[in-house]
Amino acid sequence: MNNGKSQEATSFLLGNEAIARAALEAGIHFASGYPGTPSSEIIRTIVPYAEKSNIHVEWSVNEKVGCEGAAAAAFAGLRSLAAMKNAGLSVALDFLTHLSMTGLGDNNGAMVVVVCDDPDGHSSGDETDSRWLARFSYAPLLEPSSIPEARQLMQWAYDVSTEFDCHVMLRSYTRLSHASTMIELGEINQKDVKPQTDSSVSISPYVARPKHAAVLKRLDRIREKFETASFNTYEGPDQPQLIIVCSGSGYLCARDAIASLDIGQSVGILKLTTLWPFPKKWTANHLARADRFLIAEEVDPYIEIHVKETMVDAGLEGKQIFGKESGHIPAYGEITPDRIIAALSEILGIEYRGGSEEYDRKIASQADPLIIGRGLAWCPGCPHRATFWALEKAVKKDRRNAYVTGDIGCYTLDVFPGGKSVQNLLHAMGSGAGLATGLGQLGRFGYHQPVIAVCGDSTFFHGSIPALINAVTNKSNLIQIVLDNQATAMTGFQPHPGTGTNALGMPAPKIEIEDLCRALGCDVTVADPFDVRSSIRTIRNLLKKDGGVRVLIMRRTCELVRVKQDKRMPYSIYVDQQKCKGEECGICTSEFRCPGLVWDNFENYSTIREDICSGCGVCVDICPFNAIAREEVA
Amino acid sequence: MKNWPEPFNLVVCGVGGQGNILISRLIGRILTAQGYTVSIGETFGAAQRGGSVFSSLRISKKYLHSPLVPKGQANIILSLEPMEALRQMKFLGNSEVRVLSNTKIVQPADVLAGRATYPDLAELESAIAALSAQAWFVPATDIALDLGSAIVTNIVMLGALVGSQTMPISLAQAEDEVRTTIPNSQIELNLEALNRGYQVTLGADAA
Repeated sequence: MNNGKSQEATSFLLGNEAIARAALEAGIHFASGYPGTPSSEIIRTIVPYAEKSNIHVEWSVNEKVGCEGAAAAAFAGLRSLAAMKNAGLSVALDFLTHLSMTGLGDNNGAMVVVVCDDPDGHSSGDETDSRWLARFSYAPLLEPSSIPEARQLMQWAYDVSTEFDCHVMLRSYTRLSHASTMIELGEINQKDVKPQTDSSVSISPYVARPKHAAVLKRLDRIREKFETASFNTYEGPDQPQLIIVCSGSGYLCARDAIASLDIGQSVGILKLTTLWPFPKKWTANHLARADRFLIAEEVDPYIEIHVKETMVDAGLEGKQIFGKESGHIPAYGEITPDRIIAALSEILGIEYRGGSEEYDRKIASQADPLIIGRGLAWCPGCPHRATFWALEKAVKKDRRNAYVTGDIGCYTLDVFPGGKSVQNLLHAMGSGAGLATGLGQLGRFGYHQPVIAVCGDSTFFHGSIPALINAVTNKSNLIQIVLDNQATAMTGFQPHPGTGTNALGMPAPKIEIEDLCRALGCDVTVADPFDVRSSIRTIRNLLKKDGGVRVLIMRRTCELVRVKQDKRMPYSIYVDQQKCKGEECGICTSEFRCPGLVWDNFENYSTIREDICSGCGVCVDICPFNAIAREEVA
Repeated sequence: MKNWPEPFNLVVCGVGGQGNILISRLIGRILTAQGYTVSIGETFGAAQRGGSVFSSLRISKKYLHSPLVPKGQANIILSLEPMEALRQMKFLGNSEVRVLSNTKIVQPADVLAGRATYPDLAELESAIAALSAQAWFVPATDIALDLGSAIVTNIVMLGALVGSQTMPISLAQAEDEVRTTIPNSQIELNLEALNRGYQVTLGADAA
């Protein structure tokens, strides 16, 4: 947020920082989350306030537990925040649906769930639209359209939660969470509340049918409030030729599109911010202004469907709706000014071209032949590169076609251009272990390929443990490799139960992965990925042990974490040009693929990029001709 | 500034880990202090692991814009790696665009894997020059290494942007922002990097 050098009335903030700031200004007492792009900066921003404002801040083991903790605080009369990415909301959903059934009790507590979607899948394996899950789980839903609005809306969300005794969901997205602008700061204002719970009452969803009816009544009352919310706006002429109906990122994109086409005199913008329960009356009043509508939102046609429903209910006829269902805006990827410009041009018959045809022709002839893709790759010195090198070699030598189920973290980069594509299946957090559990049961049908699951240390705690227990108790046959780099690396090095520190960076009880696995009855081995030859032998031996659940912990601190603690390089690395076989070999660049080792086209041998080499020394062990050498740095 | 395009679109690009986010924030803060409304869009996350990264700055005298620059509407592209400059020019470039690029190449994974060949730097530079109104090529990584740390490559490029006098940012304003934002122990190094970059482009003829 800032470096603590100044106390200003305004600050240049990321969307996530503004959301966190608003929660602080709303007086939260409890904040929990699990890291996930693009949500991770929300909890990070609250950490510096934990002590001075007396806030409990935690990185929870997973999103469900995070939500449960935050809800508990609300039951006790406090204000809480739970933050996560879209995938995490699915993890928490079982609890949240039941939480809607009970509400938050009558202690005046409040809880806001912030979910950050990732349209375009910049850092996600899907682009699921969380707005449906608010409706699915009977939760009020708000979607800010800009960072300043996110700050106001977040504070209002706490008022709504308190007024209706239920949690409120605020949906963010990459272009809000990871955008930044100047924001006015308010007072951080925590109410002094003594938490208490009433032991004489049971708060439960039973009996479900009448409780469900009551929840629907509550949603009706919330809808009435949303009908007059000033966050929903119309701007433009009274009787426009067309209205862009939008939410979230669609709003600023729509303004840019209208400015680019210079059609502000004839096109209006209807911006919806309170998305569930949908403010049908307010919307219908504005839909009456025009006959043609373009719906701009991301990612699914959520508003589009609700606008159509609203029209039917209000008896509005003869209207034309353009959007995702009509094919005018793709139903995948993020909304952009260009997508809205293209749709408007087609609907209104306007000629528009982004840039000149001549320039595009020049790009095609002079730039395109030179541009090559830049796939993701592990950092120089990353322990995962060494682990996957060893895993690939061991599996090849084993010759039984071992099948590898993968997981979510930096090691997912294995299936990107910088990796080895060793992982055969990749799904959700902890799914590597779950899938392996199933494959490990197929021996009775004649399936004899060895099964290896890989997961990271944070993922192990988040989602792999129940699957491993399942494997042990059902006598599945598998190897679980835990790539323990001592951090939740992909999302910014957050701590987890195995790091021995908490969200505040203070010492915390350290849960040893090996102790936990041994307690489950697994056969446990710990190895150092940087000892490549021994790692290959260890994996081969585990493959030979066919039967039972074998856990291999590959332990080596993430290079980006290590370098923060110790800037020195362990080794200085150089290539002996006399020994390097040049193009006859090329293993160190074409197979090992460390960005710190590059091919010198002129001299025809590999060379070290000194500005990025981490000095880990692993390449010394993978060169078959001993042409790479390391010297300890004094 | 004369001929102010509304909004002014600046794209800061490079490879994950080169520090494009820091300089976008510095520029955003400097311009906001002057009364501009600045909206920055970024996609950090997985791309920080060796992928193409870029920040878009929409700088307005009127109102808050979407962080996304429409096709063909970049005014300046500031790149920490030459191929990344060309990659952004493909979608956001136009015949009036001005480009400042570091000359140090970063080979993509496909090149290391032998599945693609990185073009000659001279070829890249001439394409950038031909597809822009003005282009400056700055040996920013070399200068940073000369100062003792590749990590200030981004600040050298920020200095080069200021020296090119293509944006309403003075050297004094940039220096003030470095002093405000950068941790105390690193201020001297960063100020030196800023000034070295500034000297490269100040009064220099662009390609």
